[in-house]
Amino acid sequence: MKRNLIATTALFSSALIGLAAWFSSRAATGAPPSANSAMPRATAPTGSAPAVPNSPSNAARRTREALVARGEHLVLTAGCHDCHTPLKMGKNGPEPDMTRMLSGHPDKLQLPPPPAAAMPWIASIAVTNTAWAGPWGVSFTANLTPDEETGLGAWTKDEFILAIKTGRHHGRGRPILPPMPIPAYRNFTEEELTAIFSYLGTIPAIKNQVPDPLPPPSAPKHG
Amino acid sequence: MNSSVKSVLETRTARFRASKLAARVVLAIASVAATVALANLSGARTVRAPSDRPTAPAQPNMAPATPAGDPPLPERLSETGLYVAGSTSEIAPDNLPYAPQYPLWSDGATKRRWVSLPQGKRIDASNPDEWQFPIGTRFWKEFSFGERTETRYLERVRDGSFRYATYVWDRARRDALLAPQAGVQATREIRPGVQHDVPSDGDCRACHEGRRSPVLGFGALQLSEERDPLAPHREPQPSGGLDLAELLKRDLLRGLPVSVLSRAPRINAPSAEARASAGYLFGNCAHCHNGSGPLASLGLNLDQSVVEVGDRGYQQMRANLVGRASRFRVPGQMRSLRIQRKNPVSSALWFRMQSRFAAAQMPPLGSKLVDTEAVRLIERWIESDGRPSASLHD
Repeated sequence: MKRNLIATTALFSSALIGLAAWFSSRAATGAPPSANSAMPRATAPTGSAPAVPNSPSNAARRTREALVARGEHLVLTAGCHDCHTPLKMGKNGPEPDMTRMLSGHPDKLQLPPPPAAAMPWIASIAVTNTAWAGPWGVSFTANLTPDEETGLGAWTKDEFILAIKTGRHHGRGRPILPPMPIPAYRNFTEEELTAIFSYLGTIPAIKNQVPDPLPPPSAPKHG
Repeated sequence: MNSSVKSVLETRTARFRASKLAARVVLAIASVAATVALANLSGARTVRAPSDRPTAPAQPNMAPATPAGDPPLPERLSETGLYVAGSTSEIAPDNLPYAPQYPLWSDGATKRRWVSLPQGKRIDASNPDEWQFPIGTRFWKEFSFGERTETRYLERVRDGSFRYATYVWDRARRDALLAPQAGVQATREIRPGVQHDVPSDGDCRACHEGRRSPVLGFGALQLSEERDPLAPHREPQPSGGLDLAELLKRDLLRGLPVSVLSRAPRINAPSAEARASAGYLFGNCAHCHNGSGPLASLGLNLDQSVVEVGDRGYQQMRANLVGRASRFRVPGQMRSLRIQRKNPVSSALWFRMQSRFAAAQMPPLGSKLVDTEAVRLIERWIESDGRPSASLHD
């Protein structure tokens, strides 16, 4: 585990270089095909022709499907999988464990205390990319699947929108901690967040109780 | 898992496996996100209020939004109608003081409150737990930490909604100036190393819009003439202040049910600690944790109704807590209970009340200091499980 942590941290620290390399290779070879373009959709229309093409119910269904498809596109392009789908080690290195798609930090993964930060390094991440340690303490990525008990199943659309807009759990609770990029995501429109929430309601529900954040050693009081 | 979903997942997995470079990109994006988030985390605490004018900490210096049909808010508190003309100390006679019996903990701030009802208008109290206020109703709440620090303002405007604002007192305490929508960080040191922050518009709404009526601390139970002698941080009634009887005497309420008129509302509980604890949770937590607002799905209802018979309101509140599973896990526990019977330190409610770690503390905003008086009350209540103690009488 420690080796994995070190390896992943090293990967993290070189990630910006990787990004630059990726951009240069992209410029040289052309953009890779869109991840979205060839990917079947979990909720795509089945292809069976509607009996009454222009009936209100079919129009509503198509609107709904378009909303979900838009949400899926936003989830894929906004990088939600990056932190909310755990990485596992494969033969090509870290890769998303899609059997745990968007279910957040695995509850059965017990982690040792994070390594002490030594400036100028301020953060470390677990091998799954779902647990982050920094000046804010240790944060664990949330379960975004529609599981009623441990995911977003009991959330309302308005709670979800407010959570992203305010950076607070349920829109009025504890702060949502780094690395969740709230300063970027709060610029989503309500329509975009509605689409994301609609899509997340269609993915497989996974029961996974993500741990609560842990305080930093310097926290003023925590029990 | 059905075959089509499995197929989708397998296809996605294959694509994600396609390149080690893709994994690097994933982490690169995450690192950028972390950088942005860290910058936000640290930057939010760096702005200090200058001597004369509050400034926006991290967002544009926008004044609170003006609803259609209403004039913008005045730049100075002295222009809001709180004081007589030319003064910032003498309250205008139409503004009536009041003090709720279960005040909100605000890090030990001393508070004064006033309400102004439009001439000839009355409060609709036909739902005795969710009063409806006429258009034009205004509230002010002054916060002092040794000296006046900020005065918050709430107004019901023409379209029926409420607008929120806060005015920050200048260093000379000559007047208070309208704070930007983003609030103001670090207006006053209230303990060594602990600064008071003026809330943002979003913070105001987070608490005030968690139930049907955004007016908090001004209802039948809070203004009851029968005040709880054990309520933490209880305040004396201000001179000439409004309570329920005074509101009725002045004919400022309509529709209050006879059952509420016949006896001063109170929380009926088996002990003094139980009554005060239920009142504290009502006054400090039920604006979010109630049965009708956006967080109702949590199944944590700490509200109190003045129409409940006997101690049913207390018992329902207790049943929401004792032995009920908590989504929050107390460190060291695999499974936590909101209240573990007779064991406060193992209870999530107690733990979160006495924590000021941002991700654990309750309330989650508006407080940086633990309310030790309330924590001790809740400890006694949990230890006694609501049974009368020898030293206190209800």
